[in-house]
Amino acid sequence: MTTQVIRSEWTKIRSVASTVWTLSLAAVVTIALGMLVSALARQQFDNMGEQDRLSFDATYISFAGMGLGQLAMIVFGVLVVTNEYSTGMIRTSLAAVPRRGSLLASKVAVATVLALVVGMVTSFAAFFLGQALLGSLSTSIGEEGVLRAVIGGGLYMALIAMFSMGIAVMLRSPMLSLGILMPFFFLISNILGAVQATKKFGRFLPDQAGSHIMQVVTPVGDDTPYGPWGGLGIMALWVIAALAGGYLLLRKRDA
Amino acid sequence: MIELEGLTKRYGEKLAVDNLTFTVRPGTVTGFLGPNGAGKSTTMRMILGLDHPTAGNVRVDGRRYQELKDPLTYMGALLDAKAVHGGRSAYNHLLCLAQSNGIPDRRVHEVLDTVGLTPVARKKAKGFSLGMSQRLGIAAALLGDPRILMFDEPVNGLDPEGIHWIRGLMKSLAAQGRTVFVSSHLMSEMALTADHLVVIGQGRLLADTSMADFIERNSRCYVRIRTPERERLLDVLSTAGITAVEQDGGLLEVEDGEAERIGELAARHRVVLHELSSRQSSLEEAFMQLTAGSVEYHAHTGQAERAGQAGQTGQAGQAEPAAAPVQPAVADMKKES
Ligand SMILES: Nc1ncnc2c1ncn2[C@@H]1O[C@H](COP(=O)(O)OP(=O)(O)O)[C@@H](O)[C@H]1O
Ligand SMILES: [Mg+2]
Repeated sequence: MTTQVIRSEWTKIRSVASTVWTLSLAAVVTIALGMLVSALARQQFDNMGEQDRLSFDATYISFAGMGLGQLAMIVFGVLVVTNEYSTGMIRTSLAAVPRRGSLLASKVAVATVLALVVGMVTSFAAFFLGQALLGSLSTSIGEEGVLRAVIGGGLYMALIAMFSMGIAVMLRSPMLSLGILMPFFFLISNILGAVQATKKFGRFLPDQAGSHIMQVVTPVGDDTPYGPWGGLGIMALWVIAALAGGYLLLRKRDA
Repeated sequence: MIELEGLTKRYGEKLAVDNLTFTVRPGTVTGFLGPNGAGKSTTMRMILGLDHPTAGNVRVDGRRYQELKDPLTYMGALLDAKAVHGGRSAYNHLLCLAQSNGIPDRRVHEVLDTVGLTPVARKKAKGFSLGMSQRLGIAAALLGDPRILMFDEPVNGLDPEGIHWIRGLMKSLAAQGRTVFVSSHLMSEMALTADHLVVIGQGRLLADTSMADFIERNSRCYVRIRTPERERLLDVLSTAGITAVEQDGGLLEVEDGEAERIGELAARHRVVLHELSSRQSSLEEAFMQLTAGSVEYHAHTGQAERAGQAGQTGQAGQAEPAAAPVQPAVADMKKES
């Protein structure tokens, strides 16, 4: 990874349209859906059961759009990588930067910084707008654990993008990568995490573990064996594994 | 200078490049000639370190390509003109390549000018014609002002003006003392541009020779005769010490023969001739003969390509004598088309 290659990757990422639309979609969906759910929660709070009221997490409610918004982040991560393969640009890129580790590291670094900036802005915006709509139910950024959760929301989005990049380097095809990642994060992971039989395993999946960072109130009866940072750490391990796998394949394969 | 040493590439069962050893030298255009599927592109990908050789090695200025610091300043290559992100402008495409090798931004403007793309520099590459894409690929190759240039079938699909431009460019780059390595599957194209010729077929080296030597060794002169009185003419010619070889369709051919002398002999003995012509086999035929063992590869190419090849073989078949290697080739290709 050199400053030269980082500059080059920055030029690449800022000069394609997919960067702008995937990242703006991630922000808009996360914020708008969070606002909608916050507004609904305020209306429905009085109809909630005792347990739900005790578990009510004003911070987490404002991040309700994250589940859908992360899909746009996945598309961003996948396209950053597979754009090179689907166009054949990868050969031109590797002829210019034959040290493959350097090319991959620079590409991931640039895309991650961008995803992190967008993720942070999104997370803070989702939080403040969500709280505004929650009215009397709202919490404030100064309460214990809230700032951690909001910053964690930004980190979560960046990690999702990184994980997607690792998977995309391994699979190379945009359709295959999206076809695996989207249903996995939108459906399968949630089902595995909710069904009693698979819950023990499901909560170690990257998104299930990572999203704990956005929780402030521990739900009643929750027996998760890791804390918010522990969960994010588990997600980070998944990211490292995906990127390491991608790197090893990239190094070994013919371009 | 590019040096290949026992370079070999196997894809599963398929031996795409088979133990290639040759050197591409500066100051000349070296043509890399072989039928489709001969292994030219694979060889070029290995030179750039894109594909890993199964065996052997290749050095660029004495080093492995991967070891070059800022490789675009040593060697520029055009492999596939369409291998560009269509959503990126020509300027940004070149800019990201320049930045990755520490090449100043002004070079981007210079090479855009050189290839004549300045007016469309800010346009997205997906709107480019093949000719414009080819120019963009050449601009990328020239970006680092490299001493070595490599082009894979650069004239494929270009209009005559574009072809003319590329030929001139390659010659001028070589005249500046640079190493120019260019592939083609057409002998006629190489004859116009290359000073040196490396011929491969089925991944194997078939010839590594100067163009002049190749022409001298491979151009064959002969006289072709058509007559209804074949036996009589053969007698007359052999009495005069001339050996004629019988061809399909009742044709006779005399190697290095003089049409005048044969005509006079026939007139003196009152033998009727329907045709008497001096002929020279083309370089394309020499190439066909050289690569005869590898024409089965044409089966892998597209319909249009195949039709074209079959057409050329048709000519070669008429002009060739009973030379052994060509016959099976002709038979093969006729079957395909
Ligand atoms: N990535 C690959 N996987 C499998 N076979 C390949 C691959 N690339 C090339 N080949 C095969 O290797 C042979 C040489 O191909 P290529 O180098 O493209 O030839 P040329 O450029 O001379 O037309 C062909 O038979 C082709 O099908
Ligand atoms: Mg080729």
